[in-house]
Amino acid sequence: MKKYEFIEHTADARFKAFGATAEEAFANAAQAMFNVMIDTSDINPQITEYIELQAPDLENLLVDWLSELLYLFEVNMVVFSRFEVFAIEKKGLEYLLSAKAEGEPLDLEKHVFDTEVKAVTYNDLGVQITSQGVTVRITVDI
Amino acid sequence: MDTEGPVIEGLERIDNDIWQVPMGYKPGMRVPGRIYLSDKLFTNLEKEAVDQVANVATLPGIQKFSMAMPDAHVGYGFPIGGVAAFDAEEGVISPGGVGFDINCGVRLIRSNLVKSDVDGKINALLDSLFKAVPSGVGSKSRIRASESELEAIFTQGSRWAVEQGYGVEADLTHCEGEGCIEGGDPAQVSAKARKRGRPQLGTLGSGNHFLELQYVDEIYDPVAAEAFNLKQGQLTFMIHCGSRGAGHQVCTDHLRNLTRAVEKYKINLPDKQLACAPAQSEEAQAYFCAMASAANYAWTNRQIIMHHCREVFEQQMNMDADELGLNLVYDVAHNVAKLEEHDVDGGKKQVYVHRKGATRAFPAGHPDVPQAYRDVGQPVLIPGSMGTPSYVLCGKQAAMDVSFGSACHGAGRIMSRSGAKRTFRGEQIQKDLSGQGISVRAAHPSVIAEEAPGVYKSSSEVVDVVDRLGIAGKVAKLMPLGVVKG
Repeated sequence: MKKYEFIEHTADARFKAFGATAEEAFANAAQAMFNVMIDTSDINPQITEYIELQAPDLENLLVDWLSELLYLFEVNMVVFSRFEVFAIEKKGLEYLLSAKAEGEPLDLEKHVFDTEVKAVTYNDLGVQITSQGVTVRITVDI
Repeated sequence: MDTEGPVIEGLERIDNDIWQVPMGYKPGMRVPGRIYLSDKLFTNLEKEAVDQVANVATLPGIQKFSMAMPDAHVGYGFPIGGVAAFDAEEGVISPGGVGFDINCGVRLIRSNLVKSDVDGKINALLDSLFKAVPSGVGSKSRIRASESELEAIFTQGSRWAVEQGYGVEADLTHCEGEGCIEGGDPAQVSAKARKRGRPQLGTLGSGNHFLELQYVDEIYDPVAAEAFNLKQGQLTFMIHCGSRGAGHQVCTDHLRNLTRAVEKYKINLPDKQLACAPAQSEEAQAYFCAMASAANYAWTNRQIIMHHCREVFEQQMNMDADELGLNLVYDVAHNVAKLEEHDVDGGKKQVYVHRKGATRAFPAGHPDVPQAYRDVGQPVLIPGSMGTPSYVLCGKQAAMDVSFGSACHGAGRIMSRSGAKRTFRGEQIQKDLSGQGISVRAAHPSVIAEEAPGVYKSSSEVVDVVDRLGIAGKVAKLMPLGVVKG
């Protein structure tokens, strides 16, 4: 099954990510976002960040998840390449996410960036759950 | 009048360069849309950009029109090139009308040098500039602002930088709002935004940000050019960048907060990225104060970058500051919301003008135009795409009538970044530009490909539309000699 696909957009990067579950689709969306910036295929996952978030709905949770990864990338200077979302569950009125992201320290000698993702937008945002699986749709600002 | 290219159903042409998006184009529109375009630019207009103009027209308290400048293209929420004014009491404030790169903007510096003074020195200058101003993804500054310094930056903007020795008093009087939006409140800036802002002062960032060495190729308006201290053949320097991670995080944080406010205030939105709140609500004011803080950070950033560039010129040209005369002509913000007074329906009204990829363009006589330019109008700086001319214009009276004192901000993209990378190779573009006498420095060739001249509309076509409409008049054309890409 395809993990993600890019959709043409004039100024920004828009993509869909797929998964059998929301957890898988969210992890694949993170992978797609980092691949907008850099080819992550030869990143060695040696640093692990654990992430816990909560949001009022799945769409906000998705934006929060990707925004948190951008923040950790910039502040901790880690290029992430592997993502595992342990669980997305509803508790009361909120949705909770627990996950880990793995990557290596930013090294400007080694890492050649295509572009920088500035932020995650709410434009054309979607989390679609069907019997076939989960599709998420994201537009990032670059 | 015949137009070629795709016909967007429902658009009405009401004058040569004016297209109306009528009230019925989308349900819930409170005012019509206005798009300022020539025939040629119309062929590049995307339907999604028109839809976005119409979406903005549905927001509460919008005044007169939802507008798009000739460089408009599809954004998220607001189109890029979008302008909208909202009643300060009955209207809304929306982060989507400002964007993530708060106060991304441009500053232009003049000099006592002429083009021939840098013959044979351009590559050395560019190399030194590239070293002096960290650029690209992950680049960090030599400056580390302390917590109290950050707070001063968020409230004071450029003044803080000048007081620290990064510039002179005249830099403040030659800058939009003297390099500050009042109301900056560090309490509304999250710990995350501060953490991102701390190591990035004096850095260029990436994407379409640049430093450019240019010369004045043509003067259109000798009177305004004299007021701006610009002369034929003169060497000029341009800086284009914004508020970096601090601004991105401020927008992210407050968008999240405002998506919740939308439910609280029961605002119907056609696009979630248009999240907003009533202008006087706690949520909207919190965003406004945080946005002002990020805008002030951006002005500080450009001020520090300019200071470092002046040092490079002094070393490389072996001249002192007085001999070089690297004086700030002006600095304009492209992505901001401001509280301004405008004439609406025959009376004066306080409005929050949102400019998302648009430049303020106040005319002669306006009290917010610096004293030195009060007789000719505010300088409006329109950067070209890489390798194409930039323009200096001056704000004109029609801007107050048709666009809440706003003009275009650049050339406007017509090709996606990924499309650009498939179509162009950075190395080839670099070689082609070099053949035209334009040197380019970049962290990597791919950033050259995605900003290739062919991915943008023609900057001269865009500028001609605002000139014809009387929004801003052409003053001078600047040709590039060398570019440092972010």
